Amino acid sequence: MANKIVSIRDLKREFRMGVETVRALKGVSFDVEPGEFVTIMGSSGSGKTTMLNILGCLDKPSEGTYLLDGVDVGKLSRNELAVLRNHKIGFVFQSYNLLARTSALENVELPLLYNSAVSSKQRHERAVKALQAVKLGDRIDHLPNQLSGGQQQRVAIARALVNEPVMILADEATGNLDTRTSYEIMALLQELNQQQGKTIVFVTHEPDIAAFSSRTITLRDGEVIKDSQNQQVRSAREMLASLPVAADY
Amino acid sequence: MKLLNLIRIALRALQRNKLRAFLTMLGIIIGVAAVIAMVAIGQGSKQSIQDQLSSMGSNMITIRPNSNQTVGGGARLDASSLQSLTLDDIKAIQKQATYITAVSPAVQSRGQVINGALNWPTTIQGVSPQYLTIRNWPLKDGIAFTQDHVNTADKVCLIGQTVVENIFGAGEDPVGKIIRFNKIPFKVIGVLSEKGENAFGQDQDDIVIAPYTTVQKRILAIPYIQNIYASAVNESSSALATAEVTDILRASHKLKATDDDDFLVRTQAELISTFSSTSELLTVLLAAIAGISLVVGGIGIMNIMYVSVTERTKEIGLRMSIGARGVDILFQFLIEAILISITGGIIGVVLGITASRLVTLFLSWPTLVSRSSIMLSFMVCAITGVFFGYYPAQKASRLDPIDALRYE
Repeated sequence: MANKIVSIRDLKREFRMGVETVRALKGVSFDVEPGEFVTIMGSSGSGKTTMLNILGCLDKPSEGTYLLDGVDVGKLSRNELAVLRNHKIGFVFQSYNLLARTSALENVELPLLYNSAVSSKQRHERAVKALQAVKLGDRIDHLPNQLSGGQQQRVAIARALVNEPVMILADEATGNLDTRTSYEIMALLQELNQQQGKTIVFVTHEPDIAAFSSRTITLRDGEVIKDSQNQQVRSAREMLASLPVAADY
Repeated sequence: MKLLNLIRIALRALQRNKLRAFLTMLGIIIGVAAVIAMVAIGQGSKQSIQDQLSSMGSNMITIRPNSNQTVGGGARLDASSLQSLTLDDIKAIQKQATYITAVSPAVQSRGQVINGALNWPTTIQGVSPQYLTIRNWPLKDGIAFTQDHVNTADKVCLIGQTVVENIFGAGEDPVGKIIRFNKIPFKVIGVLSEKGENAFGQDQDDIVIAPYTTVQKRILAIPYIQNIYASAVNESSSALATAEVTDILRASHKLKATDDDDFLVRTQAELISTFSSTSELLTVLLAAIAGISLVVGGIGIMNIMYVSVTERTKEIGLRMSIGARGVDILFQFLIEAILISITGGIIGVVLGITASRLVTLFLSWPTLVSRSSIMLSFMVCAITGVFFGYYPAQKASRLDPIDALRYE
């Protein structure tokens, strides 16, 4: 068995709200193997967002361990976490979070600007390559407001790919998109997962989206209530083809 | 983290907000330009006052006889009837003084100057050729008299503008004409340039200047001299020159240590220092007002940077989530502030110099752009950038990435 991308053991996270202590995660354990496409499901209040923050190294567990690519996240300082995020994680957000009035290329280059090991020539080449990987090679000079929602999200995916992370972490990445565009994005992610072996963790509350992944972890009240392999992974490409033509306007 | 990358990040951020960056800069531009222009006006007027005073012969030293003795029943003698200054004093000063560049004896008399049918009451001043140097008084026409004229007591003279206007008709060239002063014929060899009134309202152009020997022998019939005019090396050494001249004259007059001086040495230093301190005050006042506007500009930067941090919270969250450390964010905002203030400073310097030139061009006020005022205002605005940019930048760097990302 290859190295695990994510290894979580008995992870707890508590918040102090005045005198009360809110236990958002009450002892969660799971692993993510390289090349998996995992969805984390759960309704609001399930601890899903807290799980996402910890997986994304934006937050640290109160108890338990979280190893990301063999690194114990709980022991790192604020600055070390930032470097870890830069090297190992690619974020895709619900609201794209592209910099306004900044070209697609410069948006994609952004993570590499915070990595001093990358020269400015490499930075340009890798950003162009990442944009080509999301099929936006002909839009590198477009500004976000000149792109559709789906295209903007593809720029965001390119930005997540550009630093060659061990894991792409998507937070409701299709939440702002219509069905057709959602399928397009899911098709792209499936392609990256199946053809290039990218490990993807997708946090969502839509069961529809979960069907595209290879594994689903369901949270409720801060605990894992279900962790199952998906026997019938649906192909987003096929779903897209089956959509009525009338919807394509 | 490479500094170059941080500068690139800051530049891109500023490019995205050109208008806001410019408006922020405007405070600094106006502040710096105001400091430079105001100080230039202040310095310029100080310089022009000093020039004016110098043209009056600001380093001129006047020596007059003074009464140190009494006659008869204890009445002191009037200075003009004293005969304590002699040509030996002139020679002693010429030989011994080190802070004096030129010295001239002076004797004067009032009388009527006549040219044909026109006449005018005026003063004849008998001096040596150095007198014109001491007074900083160029000729408008003709030539000055020389030591030869002095040695032979030649009847030549230079006349002032007021005299020219009163005894010569329009268009008539005075040079080469013979005029009479108290019936003695003088040949006019030069015309003095116009000097106007002195500080006490006396018309300095109402004068005839002739060799002192001529006036001594042919008009006054006296062997002594009435005044001595001398010029110090420069304004600042006039006090030293005064002390030196006093010592030389005391020795020349063989005064005992207990005797009072039998002469008076006067300089124009007091007059100059009064004028200078007034214009100095003006400069300081103008600079203070301009300095306040520079501080206001700095506060403008801080204000905009704070607003900018709040407005760009989500951007900061994103940057942090993709790997920007707190220190990277701190430097980004700090560099933005410094870029704004330095660019503003450069534009301000150019604008300030241009404004000073325009003031000179259109209002014909003298201005003097000093290097120190440029350096100072530029330094102040760079420091302003760091100082007022630091707190907003620190605020940005301490944001929690989770909260910042969720910020709407």
